[in-house]
Amino acid sequence: MSDTAPQPTTAAANPPVQALEGNLGPAAVVRSSAGGPVSTEPAQMTKVAKLIDISKCIGCKACQSACVEWNDTHPEVGVNTGSYQNPHDLTPEMFTLMRFEEWVNPDTNDLEWLIRKDGCMHCEDPGCLKACPAPGAIVQYSNGIVDFIHENCIGCGYCVTGCPFDIPRISKVDHKSYKCTLCSDRVAVGQGPACAKACPTQAIVFGTKDDMIQHANGRIEDLKSRGYDNAGLYDPSGVGGTHVMYVLPHADKPSIYSNLPENPSISPVVEGWKGVTKTAGVAAMGVAAAGAVLMSLFTRGNRVAEHDEEAAERLVETDLKHDGRGES
Amino acid sequence: MAGTRYSERGDHIETVDPVTVSRYRGITRLNHWVTAISLIVLALSGLAFFTPSLYFLTGLFGGGQTTRWLHPIIGVVLFFSFLLLFLQMWRLNLPRREDRVWVANIGEVIKDQEEKLPELGKYNAGQKFVFWAMTILIVVLIVSGIMIWQQYFPDLVTIPTRRIATLVHSLAAVGIILVFILHVFAAIWTRGTLRAMTRGSVTGGWAWKHHRKWLREVAGRQNEGPAE
Repeated sequence: MSDTAPQPTTAAANPPVQALEGNLGPAAVVRSSAGGPVSTEPAQMTKVAKLIDISKCIGCKACQSACVEWNDTHPEVGVNTGSYQNPHDLTPEMFTLMRFEEWVNPDTNDLEWLIRKDGCMHCEDPGCLKACPAPGAIVQYSNGIVDFIHENCIGCGYCVTGCPFDIPRISKVDHKSYKCTLCSDRVAVGQGPACAKACPTQAIVFGTKDDMIQHANGRIEDLKSRGYDNAGLYDPSGVGGTHVMYVLPHADKPSIYSNLPENPSISPVVEGWKGVTKTAGVAAMGVAAAGAVLMSLFTRGNRVAEHDEEAAERLVETDLKHDGRGES
Repeated sequence: MAGTRYSERGDHIETVDPVTVSRYRGITRLNHWVTAISLIVLALSGLAFFTPSLYFLTGLFGGGQTTRWLHPIIGVVLFFSFLLLFLQMWRLNLPRREDRVWVANIGEVIKDQEEKLPELGKYNAGQKFVFWAMTILIVVLIVSGIMIWQQYFPDLVTIPTRRIATLVHSLAAVGIILVFILHVFAAIWTRGTLRAMTRGSVTGGWAWKHHRKWLREVAGRQNEGPAE
């Protein structure tokens, strides 16, 4: 039982039949929010990635269903507002969402139906983790997965502020933040993510990041041979690359895919808040407090002298006499 | 006779021998301490979110979730409590000509040579600075705070605006803590000041030394009113 599960290398990987311990415990944590505990000798795992090939997606939402089922969430029954998109946004109960966009290609005048499976990108440099004030509420494992540890989450919403992709959602029920886990609880025991396993066209595939890049390159070559000259891989370097990647038929304009950011990075405002403001602020308050205490202890203080009291008495008595004479 | 140019109507000579002067009535002092306690609670809970090295302060309030819930609520309490103080104090905190002289000679104040400076009304320029700094920072903090109040206003502003609000909120918080330190330090360093906010009165000597115009005006109207 001391053996841990092997890393899954494909979405369809079946779990080992014998009982094994998960491999994504505290021992695999390489980064932790707000100075939370990290493993001193983290188990070095191969970086994994999920690759979403938009050109192969048929918009069936099997991935959404699989996500709901595996994570045992209970999204509200939605309403139709004239789009297949349902629910209309990510929610604390819906970690992944097919976003539908109707786009007219200006070069061909063709209508293209762009469907992007939205959800956490699992950034190599996660903005949520940087913004989070609660120690150990957001962790990154050595295989690249970014996970929320809900028992440490305080529901402040700073992760929403930090995320360049607008992904985390705070539950109104338990006031904790939710997002795609990349099925860390499945990956930990040798299985691929639920969405990838459920995808009927293998538009979602899963494996080591190197394998996924290689697979993407084959897909891009194929797309280019079919006239998609700008086909490419979305693995944005501004956040150090991501562990969820897209094959985009029009990689030159990611924003047509329901506002996928062109060049995402952690906002300089967030960096400034968590960087120089924090350091300089703590220093300024510390110096001021220490200075005030020292000056209180070691200087005499401003004292009222006896002659001040006497002067006040003379003033008050003079005024009393004046009034006594009834001059007014 | 004497008007209310330098004093509030309620300020009066409490006793004559020795002289004590009433400076703050009970309701004002209560108002002040509600504000003060709110500010301390806000500073401790807010600092816990400001830097991981102070996250342990959440333990004072029963954990991170409770602290996250409590902080903005106390913020609203402080806002309204300070608003009441503001309404009582703003008039005598308006800047006057003598404030400039006082600031230019701040060294004489520190050297305890106030005799060389102009006579002052109820507040000196330092106290006025604290008052207006608190006023401005509290407005900035309540506005930016509501923008980032996840529990009740999650979608009030866009995420880029929210980033700026968070940064502004933390900068203003550092500012108000510095002003708070100055306020407490000055009240302790200037002996005889604290009793104005505890017992409500100050000694005649204190008033003579620090706020002589205020004392003159208050003393000048001591026998006013429907005495007979």
